[in-house]
Amino acid sequence: MATVRVQTPAFDTGAELAALLAGRTDVGGIGCFVGVVRGTAGGQPILSMTLEHYPGMTERALTAIAAEAEARWELQGCTVIHRHGRLLPGEPIVLVLTASAHRQAALDATAFLIDWLKTRAPFWKHEEMAEGGPRWVEAHSGDDAAAARWDTMKL
Amino acid sequence: MARILYFAWLRERMGRTEEVLPLPSGVETVGGLIALLQQRDAAGAGAFAHPAMVRAAVNQEFATPGTPLQDGDEVAFFPPVTGG
Repeated sequence: MATVRVQTPAFDTGAELAALLAGRTDVGGIGCFVGVVRGTAGGQPILSMTLEHYPGMTERALTAIAAEAEARWELQGCTVIHRHGRLLPGEPIVLVLTASAHRQAALDATAFLIDWLKTRAPFWKHEEMAEGGPRWVEAHSGDDAAAARWDTMKL
Repeated sequence: MARILYFAWLRERMGRTEEVLPLPSGVETVGGLIALLQQRDAAGAGAFAHPAMVRAAVNQEFATPGTPLQDGDEVAFFPPVTGG
């Protein structure tokens, strides 16, 4: 059963990693992805990024995505934590951890989770620019392509 | 009645986060509800001016224009998601 949380405060990656390993010796590796607020958008500096989400659906969507990863790969554990609210450049946004007996499952499941999360979890980014007005971040077609590659990938 | 939620720039253009609306007879799908909101007032016309830019969920599951609506449904409208 995956750990899924949607929260405002920062997460402690080390503590989450330790929690996945606590009391077990069957884990051979942990895959980790930390998404961070980039300080520029389209070459222009940003002051902040605010993440809006759909309470209720967000947790359902993340839980469903984590369950899909657990169905596709043999995982000993899986953690997905996504922040919302106003974040500053350099702050972490999202944490994906997957524990498996062997590295390939953990690395692939981590990539799968972040790819699907970007196209299937109801979050919206709003950027406050250093110059010019605030703007909503537009979805990237590259994210759809990254997510779609898992549709056809043979396991 | 349906509870309708708006997020991101759809929320801004609608000028509200949510509303409760009786579903008139004839409005049986997400697409039908979009057409109703487009015609209702200037905010709806602006928010739904480009329906291809709008995504929807019914009862917190992603939906399409053809997804049927029933009394008591929670419907949400929002732009394509940009999390992660």
